[in-house]
Amino acid sequence: MTAVNEGTYAGSGVQAEYRTCRFTGLKIERNAEILIRVNAVAAVVFLAWGGLLGLLVALTRWPAIQLLDAELFYLVLTGHGANVLVFWIIFFEVAVLYFAAAVLLNTRLAAPKFAWLGFALMIVGALMANYAVLRGDSSVMFTSYPPMMASHWFYLSLILFAVGALVAVCCFFATLVVAKEEGTYEGSVPLVTFGAITAAIIAVFTIASGAIILIPTWLWSLGLISEIDSLMYKLVWWGFGHSSQQINVSAHVAIWYAIAAMVLGAKPLSEKVSRMAFFMYILFLQLASAHHLLAEPGLSETWKIVNTSYMMYLAVLGSMIHGLTVPGAIEAAQRRNGYTRGAFEWLTKAPWGNPAFSGMFMSLVMFGFIGGITGVILGTEQLNILMHNTLYVPGHFHGTVVAGTTLAFMAATYILVPLFFGRDIVWPTLAKWQPYLFGIGAGGISLFMMGAGTLGVSRRHWDLALTDAVHAFEYPPAAYLMMALNGIFGVLASIGGALFVIIVVASILFGRKLDGPDAKLTFPLHDRSRESVATYGSHATLKLPGTIILVAIFFTAFVLYYFVNWMYLSELWLLR
Amino acid sequence: MAITPPENRLWWKEPIHGIELGWVIIAFLWGLFMFFFMIAWHFIGQQNLSTETYRIQPWRFADKVEAFADEYQVVDENGEPVFENGVPVVRPPAGGDAYYLARLWEFWPILELQKGQSYRLHLSSADWQHGLSIQPTNINISVHPGYMHVINITPTETGDFGVICNEYCGIGHHNMTGRIRVVD
Ligand code: HEM
Ligand SMILES: [Cu+2]
Ligand SMILES: [Cu+2]
Repeated sequence: MTAVNEGTYAGSGVQAEYRTCRFTGLKIERNAEILIRVNAVAAVVFLAWGGLLGLLVALTRWPAIQLLDAELFYLVLTGHGANVLVFWIIFFEVAVLYFAAAVLLNTRLAAPKFAWLGFALMIVGALMANYAVLRGDSSVMFTSYPPMMASHWFYLSLILFAVGALVAVCCFFATLVVAKEEGTYEGSVPLVTFGAITAAIIAVFTIASGAIILIPTWLWSLGLISEIDSLMYKLVWWGFGHSSQQINVSAHVAIWYAIAAMVLGAKPLSEKVSRMAFFMYILFLQLASAHHLLAEPGLSETWKIVNTSYMMYLAVLGSMIHGLTVPGAIEAAQRRNGYTRGAFEWLTKAPWGNPAFSGMFMSLVMFGFIGGITGVILGTEQLNILMHNTLYVPGHFHGTVVAGTTLAFMAATYILVPLFFGRDIVWPTLAKWQPYLFGIGAGGISLFMMGAGTLGVSRRHWDLALTDAVHAFEYPPAAYLMMALNGIFGVLASIGGALFVIIVVASILFGRKLDGPDAKLTFPLHDRSRESVATYGSHATLKLPGTIILVAIFFTAFVLYYFVNWMYLSELWLLR
Repeated sequence: MAITPPENRLWWKEPIHGIELGWVIIAFLWGLFMFFFMIAWHFIGQQNLSTETYRIQPWRFADKVEAFADEYQVVDENGEPVFENGVPVVRPPAGGDAYYLARLWEFWPILELQKGQSYRLHLSSADWQHGLSIQPTNINISVHPGYMHVINITPTETGDFGVICNEYCGIGHHNMTGRIRVVD
């Protein structure tokens, strides 16, 4: 984003430097801009590193290659989980939070010194975690279930990182307060900011759970506490581990809305429904640690059923609502943009060559169809026994957090780089293909891991052939095929991921500077995005045949797959 | 736009569009259905994991499994106890109690069960967490040290079944297996 009118602005005695973005009309404050930049860059660095480890994992689980030896495999798998699931995602989310608060509300970042403190703690934590893992005595997987013990550095690193993230979340809330007090926006906060607030509220809860469990575990690793109960640990740990996934969902749904708005000029069908759907996340996902505990001893059926579903799956309902309102908003906007023929012209004529849009839309579809449906299946009390701890589980969450969240964040980056680094995206053709490579790769690894899991293949397991085990067992040949396909699509995803990193870094360093008065973006934003900053409420177009068809397909797939799994279950040995 | 404050300040008073309302209702009812179906399966289904659990010292559980194996180990026609891969083959009484130990890195002993008979399978770990994964039938249950989980299980097919550990349990995790044999 380029400055047209730089200037200082003094509100409530605080000096802040602003510029106005020529492409969006947004007012951007200097500190907010720098902190968004550093957090986004850190995110991409950890994605590159963690993604490389993911490739090594996939190549090791490809039986014909089995690249790493067992010890290294478990080390690398621990590193993969921590770097991508925790560091990449959370650094990026901090950038999103600052964007949604400071930039979208036209205000300054509150307490920039604290924002830097948070950033520093997160960096130290992330580096320390990698140090602990690479030492070789912390190959415990990022879940670190006791009584297996990692080096104390490992727990400490996660605690530091979490404290840093908490500081960042506090800066976000403080920024909201500043905006409100200085009256930098009118009425209610934008929907995207609302989504970010959802994410931040869940983050506070999440980090609290993390502290409750990680601090005693750290003391235990130092020998100051004699025992950590393994079941209690799992219960509280997943209060942290699962709710953090809800942060991701809130953040990437907010990004879906943001990209649809910025690229297509979409506005919510109805503010009320979309906000209610976000609100459901806050109310109903916190305690969802339950669905990670369906195959554990010692917890009653009632507890399991109530806590996985909260009586009626209200958080799932939230996601299903976004599943209609996001494509609905896009369809409405595209129809307004003139693509009105048939049920699907709005979709076929969508800007599929713009990586921000294509990434966003693939993220939406794959999150729903792959990640979402399978998540509900996994979280059903009795069905869980079919795939608990099999590769089905990583298959499911590569559908949510890779094909969903990561792809959405990548898509957003294609907008963030021009906006916050003032540089255009380089190599448009490569950039155009990148989301497809990564998206198809990510979708593939999700599906093939799920396929292998359906055949019973264990997760976190080095040797499909069980060569050195006391009692031999042979998985069906189809399982070997699945793991080979998983490897191939893992390579594809890695190429897509590497391209992303290279394009982003090259754009930041060498991209065409966007400071001339008539500089144009290679991947343009919606024409009216500037004027629309001042207008628009809920959308009025009501004929959405395409969206209705898409949602009907989704719902049919959901219902069918749900019952297919009950059928599988009914064929199992009897458990009464 | 989603990135700007709603134009209509009283956005919460806007009516909800029919399409949205319809979907909210359908999705809500589906959620409700899924909730009740879990409860219903406890009545109509035959696959509901028991939750009977006892606290137990890991070493005490290991002793129980040893005693159980001694008592019910299969003997061949010469009266010799049967081992396979150095592991005793144990046939618990049909309809009775069976004990199964997970430890670094094996499931112990080999169980010989009868098809169609129900067993109370006592399951626990001597050390770390493990995962009981019976293949190819695909039953997956977590095993904790210090908790004895009593599962009511009735095999419905005969054959040799692999038991594979699917909870990461250290460097020997991929070597941790066991065997359950189901006979007529
Ligand atoms: C290049 C792209 C990627 C490839 C090829 C890949 C592949 C894999 C594979 C094969 C596994 C191992 C499953 C197992 O043995 O249990 C795995 C685990 C995992 N992956 Fe990825 N992955 C990729 C990207 C990502 C990203 C971007 C994220 C998060 C945003 C992610 C999160 C995870 C997590 C949390 C685990 C579980 C680790 C554990 O079990 O402790 N992956 N990945
Ligand atoms: Cu094990
Ligand atoms: Cu194991």
